[in-house]
Amino acid sequence: MAITTMIGAKIHRREDPRLVSGEGRYIDDFTRPGTLFLSVVRSPHAHARIKSIDITAATKAPGVVAIYTHKDFAKVIAGTMPAAPAFVAEKKQIPPRFPIADKEVAYQGEPVAVVLTETKYQSTDAANLIEVDYEPLPAVMDLEHALDANAPKAHSNAPDNVGWDLTYIPEDANVMKEADVVVKQRILQQRLAPTPMEPRGVLAEYSRPDASMTIWMSSQNPHFIRLFLAGALGIPETRIRVISPDVGGGFGSKISPYSEDYLVPAAAKLSGRPVKWIETRTESIQTTTHGRGQYFDVEAGAKKDGTLVALKVTQYLDIGAYVGTFGAFQACACLLSTGAYNWKHVSARTVGILTNRVPTDPYRGAGRPEATHLCERMIDLLAEAIQMDPAAIRRKNFITEFPHTSHFGLVYDSGEYEKAMDKAMEIAGYEKLRREQEEARKKGRYLGIGISSWIEICGFGPSAGTAPATGGIALVESAQVRVFPTGSVTVYVGTHSHGQGHDTTFPQIVADTLGVPYDMIELRHGDTAEGPAFGYGTYGSRSLAVGGMAVHKASKKIVDKARKLAAHIFEAAEEDVEFDQGHFYVKGSPDKRKALGEIAFASFGAGLPEGMEHGLEAVAYYDPSNFVWPFGTHIAVVEVDAETGAVDLQRYIAVDDCGNVINPMIVDGQIHGGIAQGIAQALFEEVVYDDDTGQMKTGTLTDYMIPTMNEFPLFELDRTVTPSPTNELGVKGIGEAGTIASSAAVINAICDALSPFGIKHVDMPASPDRLWNQIKASRGASHNGKEARK
Amino acid sequence: MIPAAFEYAKASSVEEAVKLLGKYGEDAKVLAGGHSLIPLMRLRLAQPKALVDINGIKELDHIKEDGSKLRIGALTRHVTLQNSNVVKDKLPLLAEVAGEVGDNQVRNMGTIGGVVAHADAAGDYPTIALMLDAEIVTNRRTIAAKDFFTDIFTTPLEADEIVTEVVFPVANGPHKYIKFRRRLFDWAIVGAAAQKMNGGWRIGLTNVGSTPVRAKAVEEALQKGAKPEEAAQQASEGLNPSGDLRASPEYKKHLARVLTKRAIEQAG
Repeated sequence: MAITTMIGAKIHRREDPRLVSGEGRYIDDFTRPGTLFLSVVRSPHAHARIKSIDITAATKAPGVVAIYTHKDFAKVIAGTMPAAPAFVAEKKQIPPRFPIADKEVAYQGEPVAVVLTETKYQSTDAANLIEVDYEPLPAVMDLEHALDANAPKAHSNAPDNVGWDLTYIPEDANVMKEADVVVKQRILQQRLAPTPMEPRGVLAEYSRPDASMTIWMSSQNPHFIRLFLAGALGIPETRIRVISPDVGGGFGSKISPYSEDYLVPAAAKLSGRPVKWIETRTESIQTTTHGRGQYFDVEAGAKKDGTLVALKVTQYLDIGAYVGTFGAFQACACLLSTGAYNWKHVSARTVGILTNRVPTDPYRGAGRPEATHLCERMIDLLAEAIQMDPAAIRRKNFITEFPHTSHFGLVYDSGEYEKAMDKAMEIAGYEKLRREQEEARKKGRYLGIGISSWIEICGFGPSAGTAPATGGIALVESAQVRVFPTGSVTVYVGTHSHGQGHDTTFPQIVADTLGVPYDMIELRHGDTAEGPAFGYGTYGSRSLAVGGMAVHKASKKIVDKARKLAAHIFEAAEEDVEFDQGHFYVKGSPDKRKALGEIAFASFGAGLPEGMEHGLEAVAYYDPSNFVWPFGTHIAVVEVDAETGAVDLQRYIAVDDCGNVINPMIVDGQIHGGIAQGIAQALFEEVVYDDDTGQMKTGTLTDYMIPTMNEFPLFELDRTVTPSPTNELGVKGIGEAGTIASSAAVINAICDALSPFGIKHVDMPASPDRLWNQIKASRGASHNGKEARK
Repeated sequence: MIPAAFEYAKASSVEEAVKLLGKYGEDAKVLAGGHSLIPLMRLRLAQPKALVDINGIKELDHIKEDGSKLRIGALTRHVTLQNSNVVKDKLPLLAEVAGEVGDNQVRNMGTIGGVVAHADAAGDYPTIALMLDAEIVTNRRTIAAKDFFTDIFTTPLEADEIVTEVVFPVANGPHKYIKFRRRLFDWAIVGAAAQKMNGGWRIGLTNVGSTPVRAKAVEEALQKGAKPEEAAQQASEGLNPSGDLRASPEYKKHLARVLTKRAIEQAG
């Protein structure tokens, strides 16, 4: 057996020197001779009928080569864009979506025309000259009233705005009656713009002689894009090559295909020249899919002693104008709403609502942050109602037996929830913090301590569980390992790294499995012309638990073949050949050994065993037996300035458990980024539309508030290690964990801080004006407000 | 995010800059640090036909002591003001305010003359220029700050007139600027400045109206011996701020009172 040397090693990311020195290669770094620049003319209205498009003036503008509208694209793009095809719903409505609008626009930013020019500057100038005559239509902007009978319709020919309505488990009112206390809360999840540092971008080149298309695209899953484009463009997958080189962040927003992903290649085909489109920041905030955009009506009941009884969840999800390709995935918030706890009963219903905003789709966590937020908020509300410490009520109800089958039939693989919480409380100095809080309150200062004990489902996923959700393609994962005659190794993977560090972690796995020096192992991804026939991409914290296992599995196939060849060379029986730290030897003769590289060389030579093919390479597809279930506890410490409503996030403690760790530094980095993104939702970010005009009001980074490192304290991280029994590596995902946990921790801390004012719930983002208004209202309403007055 | 086409000319002296501005007329804009202008151009909210770049005019980058006055060249960068020992000594409030502008990139490029000429009520320097009775010197004349900030983004500057200096009185008594914002590099949601000077207080407010505001009612109340908390109640007198994504008018007025109180209390 190879001993573990690289797995678990805290080594620097090998991709970083390139990326931090500005030598990464993103879409706008690529060009082809004769490239035209494409600019998209977009609807300024949330909902309107297109009466006419006048391109006369634009046609005469400098540098204009072509202007295309729906009628042109209809000749080269077939069908409609994919939308959560097999999402099982009792009621379902999927408005057909073509990459460019024909007669009606349904959200601000929907493409209406494109302009192709010789230079980038010319394309913006010319786009401004295209005159579109719109007849504005009433827009659905108010999620809470979108289902009213007299509400406008997001699409003028639609019967209503229901995208789906699905009851997972119906309510059992009798169970709730067993509760001593029942708390009810409406919980908002504001819309968020994913805002990757690199916006989207597409460069496409069509080769007429061989009828093939090459596309450079900032994507999290190039193979899926190739699949979708093959159908739409009528070009076989064999003749479409999608290359996603360095990708400057995705956060889920680069999973689904977008209008421009079709329009740019189609424009290349129509014009006969390479075409490039690079999204502007405003386009990114306006037209890249948003995350969250939901509200939940929740009821939770408990006994006086803290025993949880029942949870009732209704999710109202703002789908946007069209059903996002994976938009329905966010309904998993319902499935995870019970969190880390035993409940006697749970009922859950999801309602997807069509509106006139840009579609929502998975965004870091996709359903799980919403689940954690609502569950952890309700736990705190129950704790407050029965005057129990928030840690104690969690401790009393944690699931302790694994595997655990949830009310929804999902099987939690492993966990030690209390251990993680204990460790977090110890680092935080929980008891001392509570004493400090009490002292501070006497001086009119409002400290708050918020706990978020999170769980999640990730590692998508078992074929049986995922194929129905994608329309047939199961989310397994592929890898190919090729050993060269010199013993160096190239690994091709179907996952895609855009910040996750695969270039480092996957070779770490291979180094241990093959016993080949880490530096001799190269990782390649993001080019559909290389590696296995299909790759499944990176999202849902799946790359390690599924993709890493595919790498491991392919590596083991290499070892198996090499052992056969070694046995032949040693003239020994295969079962007598040992493999240890990259070397084969016959049992009892470790001094006469051959390195894997030597066997590799021999595999290209003469004298192979009868029937053995030359070479040493293997393809593996890995289908996990279950999802994986990471968990942990985060604790936030805040002080709220009651006079201004400002929140000072003083400390942030996170103890997470993602099973075995391949590279602790990368895991910590993922948690850091994730926490920051969740805190961003809790305190800063929100896409705001004008409800009357449907215009977005947060179209720049001045108004769409991305926090910077200045706004965060140093995160205090630690971990527990509970290996997953689901896979041989014992690993779980960690890419989304920080985001899943952190919004609840911060909001719980703020609510805890403001409890002297009688404030029980605060929606996100907890901006100073919002908190000031709540404090002011409670001061006005409170009869004994003196206590809370400074 | 791509600006409309424009002509570009670089001036090496004030005279040359003025001549170039005269040539292009109303459609020209002066480019100093560019940290307000260029974002507006990228969004095409501003589409000047020409930019006259004054970054090469060395004589506009200076800090000079002049008796009881401090003369700051229009091209002086925020970072220079922030770190200047002369400013720290003679008008430490200005150094403090400079250190609160934007982030490092903005402070390395942005200039005091640019901020003053842009006349954004959310700008920090206009507030202290107004409350301290600073003078804005142009190639033609000297304009008192109180006559300079006439409306939002509006000043008496003519098309071929450029700010060359901002002249502050020396004041090194207790002072404080509190810039309330959600992110460190943001503009002020509301800002409040306090400066002890000539036996009295000067109080200024940022982003509570179409122009910077001098809170004279607060100054007078303090003069009459009111406690900071009482005097600060006057800070919202006569204010009519507009609401935005960050704050309602009511909240801005509340912040004006709270921050004024704190600025006076914390002035040191």
